[in-house]
Amino acid sequence: MKQTVIAASLVLATIAGSALAADQFIPIPSYRVGPYASGGAKFYGGMIDYLNYVNMKEGGVGGVKLTYEECETEYKNDRGVECYERLKAKNGGASAFNFMSTGITYAVMDRADKDKIPLMTMGFGRADAQDGRAFKYTFPLITSYWSQATAKIQFIGQRLGGMDKLRGKKIVNLYHGSAYGKETIAVLDAMAAKHGFELKHIEVPAPGTEQQSQWLDIRRERPDFVVLRSWGVMTPAALKSAQKVGYPREQIVSNWWGGSEEDAIAAGEAAKGYIAGSFALDGKQFPLIQDIEKVVYGAGKGNLSDKGYMGTVNYNRGVVSGILMVEAIRAAQKKYGAKTLTGDQIRWGMENINIDAKRQQALGVTDMFPQVRTSCQNHEGSGYTRFMQWDGKDWKPVSGWIKADTSVTLPLIKASVEKYVQEKGITLRDCNAEK
Amino acid sequence: MFYRESGQFKSSYAADSAIFTIAQDRVFIAALLALSFVAIPGLASDYLLSGILIPFLILSLAALGLNILTGYAGQLSLGSAAFMAVGAFATYNFMVRLPGMPLLVALFLGGLCAALVGVAFGLPSLRIKGFYLAVATLAAQFFIEWVFTKFGWFSNNSSSGVISAPAMQIFGYPIDSPASKYLLTLSIVAFMALAAKNMARASIGRAWMAVRDMDVAAEVIGIPMLRTKLLAFAISSFYCGVAGALYAFVLLGTVDAQAFDLHRSFQILFMIIIGGVGSILGSFLGAAFIVLLPIGLNLIGQVFHGAISTQFLANLEMMLFGGLIIFFLIVEPHGLARLWQISKEKLRVWPFPH
Repeated sequence: MKQTVIAASLVLATIAGSALAADQFIPIPSYRVGPYASGGAKFYGGMIDYLNYVNMKEGGVGGVKLTYEECETEYKNDRGVECYERLKAKNGGASAFNFMSTGITYAVMDRADKDKIPLMTMGFGRADAQDGRAFKYTFPLITSYWSQATAKIQFIGQRLGGMDKLRGKKIVNLYHGSAYGKETIAVLDAMAAKHGFELKHIEVPAPGTEQQSQWLDIRRERPDFVVLRSWGVMTPAALKSAQKVGYPREQIVSNWWGGSEEDAIAAGEAAKGYIAGSFALDGKQFPLIQDIEKVVYGAGKGNLSDKGYMGTVNYNRGVVSGILMVEAIRAAQKKYGAKTLTGDQIRWGMENINIDAKRQQALGVTDMFPQVRTSCQNHEGSGYTRFMQWDGKDWKPVSGWIKADTSVTLPLIKASVEKYVQEKGITLRDCNAEK
Repeated sequence: MFYRESGQFKSSYAADSAIFTIAQDRVFIAALLALSFVAIPGLASDYLLSGILIPFLILSLAALGLNILTGYAGQLSLGSAAFMAVGAFATYNFMVRLPGMPLLVALFLGGLCAALVGVAFGLPSLRIKGFYLAVATLAAQFFIEWVFTKFGWFSNNSSSGVISAPAMQIFGYPIDSPASKYLLTLSIVAFMALAAKNMARASIGRAWMAVRDMDVAAEVIGIPMLRTKLLAFAISSFYCGVAGALYAFVLLGTVDAQAFDLHRSFQILFMIIIGGVGSILGSFLGAAFIVLLPIGLNLIGQVFHGAISTQFLANLEMMLFGGLIIFFLIVEPHGLARLWQISKEKLRVWPFPH
């Protein structure tokens, strides 16, 4: 008994001791069990690998070691809130949270505002949070759902041979019957009005395993393209149903939630030719991914249980998330000095991320994700999406980086922000007054 | 030795029908209330308050609601989460559409809406029983979730269907800090638990139990079936509705139909099965088990941070959790509340059991 107590106190002492050095703490609210575990384990594996890589390669950021702690959210809102509360004040304070879950992000938004901790919502909602004047601590980095929806239509335009060819065409928006699924309806309507194509919205009740009648509808409508807003099991189910009614998969375009290996492999042969958007390219051809393999996995410190998952879409997304986090810390250190920074200082860093082509080359990630340049007003920093086609084994890029149609998204964001500001009774920040 | 009633005489009817007839129980409850109302809000960290205690209290309230229906009145239900959703959305709409609506009134009205919906979906209970009724309430679960996703009116036509709760205040006092949110939740839960305890002891509770034990016999001795069963549905749904509104407003700050899915209904059902069917205390013990144990396991797992692969650790937690559920159900099929009762009886004669 006595020995156990001594051993336990020794463990605690080492934990306490390690936290005393100048560290920058990064909370990792991961989901490794539950329905979305296969994606979550790879995403957070990639993020942790990159943090370890920076520690091992450079000894941290500016000499400040990066520390992290995981907390299992199971992709559930209440567990996410618990993790947020658990990690927010640990080890000198959390730098920024990336939940990879719209639900949890919504649930902690007010808390994060109050605690002055930034939330990264890379690739997802809420879309209007790109207006940093109203959403000071929320960062839908690279691309929001709305930006992606406009990119999808532009991609279809490219395929048809020009945006003017969209006139008179018919597109079906097949969406998941949830808050997530309905989020792009308004943007697509605006795009339809602008380019004069016919748009039909068809809902698939959650979770989306039953799509028989919807695809019979689609077969009757004979649309030129189907825009898929899918999620989880809905993607493979949609592809299989499309195969059954004989709808060509080359004319199905999904957003990035339907664009990982898990989504395509589950549909088997039916997925061949299917197209999905992406903000982080897959593959191990990038020098950074190869170097992570050499440095981190060479030392036996890799986070993935199976090294073979390196270079998958979700893994690379996690690495990109780590890069953006570290670049934000770098930017903040330039202003505030190389020490443990607070959440509010990291927020300034996130508003001053500048990853141009030169920086991408230095990081070894050229063309893995679009160039990112954020500001006080623009929390998205990019708005580019690239489209990939599944060839049965791999995703192959079939377009360049397509920029969001801001003439459509900006008015919608403006209206949404105005409503939010009014509901919450807040005043917009003056970005010119801050530097 | 410490827990004996010898020397404590009941000299009036009031003393005989008190909730806690033994002085030790009264002292224990008074100390517990003092601890939770005075000591905890002053001393506990934000994490303990808003990460652990608030979700525990809110889900206890939902479990209490289901326990009234399933544990006392014997009507199996799989729609608890749907009734929580009705409470949450109704409260939200009362707050947003009627400016100046006081929070407590909105909560009460939200609970009433849930009660009305509960009565509607309780109507089949007059004809069907047991598993068949469970399937009928399952319909409520799917239908209500669909209605809130399908019709934008309920979420004030927000583009994503996820809406943020407006700021809360009571008598001009803002409810925004973790301590004030905790106190609000605790007061409501304590008050409603007391009400539930008294209902269970009053004539309505006895009528419920008679219906649960044998409804034909209950009808023969003159208990009106329609009134008793529907009242059980109404009150149970009221409790669930208030719990749902608190879940949305106090815990998450957003109202989202997906937060009240079938998983939540099962979670609440497991709470009362593990805690104790037909017991007020059991609702709290079951909620503690289901809410706190996974978090506790996760915290313990963090000690091994770095030593064991996190992937393995996360799955080990799930296995341990499942194993413990099976263990407790084998050791005590009547739930943790029964375990507590047995230990009290043992304590009574301790240390001389014979």
